[in-house]
Amino acid sequence: MHPLIKLVVQRIALGLLLLLAVSVVIFLGVEMLPGDTAQAILGQSATPEALANLRESLGLNQSAATRYFTWLGHAVQGDLGKALTNQQDISHAIGQRLGNTLFLALCAGVIAVPLAIALGLIAARYNGRWPDKLISGVTLATISLPEFVAAYFVIFLLTQVIPILQPVSMVFPGMGFFAKLHAVALPVIVLVMVVLAHMMRMTRAAILNVMQSAYIETAELKGLSPMQVIWRHALPNAVAPIISVVVINLAYLVVGVVVVEVVFSYNALGQYLVDHVAKRDLPVVQAVGIIFAAVYIGLNILADLIGTIANPRLRHPK
Amino acid sequence: MRIPLSALIGMVLTGAFVLAAVFAPWIAPYPIDAAVGKVWEGPSSQYWLGTDTIGRDILSRLIYGGSVTIFVALVSSLLSFGMGAFFGFLAATRGGWMDTGLSRLVDLMMAVPSLIVALVVLSVLPLNLTVLILVMGVLDSTRVFRLSRAVAADIAVMDYVEAAKLRGEGQGWIIFREILPNAMSPLVAEFGMRFIFAVLFISTLSFLGLGIQPPLSDWGGMVRENKDGLVYGKAAALMPALAIAVLAISVNLVADWILQRTSSLKGGRGG
Repeated sequence: MHPLIKLVVQRIALGLLLLLAVSVVIFLGVEMLPGDTAQAILGQSATPEALANLRESLGLNQSAATRYFTWLGHAVQGDLGKALTNQQDISHAIGQRLGNTLFLALCAGVIAVPLAIALGLIAARYNGRWPDKLISGVTLATISLPEFVAAYFVIFLLTQVIPILQPVSMVFPGMGFFAKLHAVALPVIVLVMVVLAHMMRMTRAAILNVMQSAYIETAELKGLSPMQVIWRHALPNAVAPIISVVVINLAYLVVGVVVVEVVFSYNALGQYLVDHVAKRDLPVVQAVGIIFAAVYIGLNILADLIGTIANPRLRHPK
Repeated sequence: MRIPLSALIGMVLTGAFVLAAVFAPWIAPYPIDAAVGKVWEGPSSQYWLGTDTIGRDILSRLIYGGSVTIFVALVSSLLSFGMGAFFGFLAATRGGWMDTGLSRLVDLMMAVPSLIVALVVLSVLPLNLTVLILVMGVLDSTRVFRLSRAVAADIAVMDYVEAAKLRGEGQGWIIFREILPNAMSPLVAEFGMRFIFAVLFISTLSFLGLGIQPPLSDWGGMVRENKDGLVYGKAAALMPALAIAVLAISVNLVADWILQRTSSLKGGRGG
């Protein structure tokens, strides 16, 4: 077998194993925590009968291992059980919302990635001069803000000071594509702000790292303009670290999306998760938690694979 | 020793925040829970930052809220630091199955974003200060573990550690008397970063309604209480948001400077 295919298969198998381990932790780890699930759901004032009934319907009387394997068996067939609070089918509820979350993250990614790379290239080109200082300074400030703080500053600026957008992002089925784009404008701006800084700084660092090589000096000495040196010689050699940091940041979007959805009351997976944590609806929280974990792990493995494939030295090991 | 302007600003601001938090009851002009003015008044000479959604003085609540935020963040970062550094050093000095086991456990914990793990765990546990501090501390200790294991692994192969082992010192001596003093400077800078992370984490949880519970309130909770005013042009929610941002940036400035100072020290020794 070609070593590359072997590598890809190995990484994917490793990822699945990791996901399985995570599902065990999310399922059984919660069991090991002090406190009684039934008590937590019903509160302190619950009667013993109500507690017993709930334990029965949750299957809490069976052993944890039995419940885990039953749950896993159903989950791989796409059945994630029913929500405790309203008896809704969890898979169905997730299916409705997953699209909205992916749409939001995708819009943010499509804008943030090219912008981050362009700004990183400019900062590297003018290393140490004012464009670099300006870009680095602004991104340093945004990197130390939590998502919701950034979100409220953006809301205040774009709905009150310069009123051009709506503070709430309503999307509903049957909405036109452009109407949808307009609705998610504010959350997308916030998400772009949050992931831009890190991607841009890593792009800049990767380019500057390559700029110290001998072949860059050769390119400069043969009379190429600084932008051509970066574009033709530095960028192709920095592409592996840049792509992997881009993918890792897309994984980070998964977390940012949870908070941003709550800020804008955007009906999607993150909002669904937070609502049900507050209601202590454990099956929903576990199911959504596993989905977020799967996306995160998947993107991290993708970053790892792309980083390896893009580097010829790792592709053809001695 | 010259302290750069940015670090000086960071230190002054961080110091001001800590002092305000410690002496909150003496500094705050109004009690924390008294509705003293009308709803959502603008800043005035009486209420410097205006009043909130039910007419409480924002400045006073900001000062009290700051003491909650800073206390929780400080204790949880101390916990994550103690745990992370101890197990990191242990893994680096012991090696073998201890190292493998701890490292794989940390890999597993870091495979899922901390916020998601925290949400899953908090859906079962009661929401109180102890639980929040423990959850945040344990989740964040994974990052300290990785750093301190890497730093300690470099130090553990030094000649003076070898010398200490040969003269028969025990595990405790090696960790606390040989490795810890030499690993101190990168760890101190990291402590600043962990503290900021804890501030952002607890603020985010409180903002989601899953952190500090009433009657206590912190900055994240204050943003949540006042967020509806923004639509009517009331800037009340921006005050605690600004406090979080300024605290995070000022600690960042100090940590950045410490990191640079220690790395230039290393450069000086080597060259």
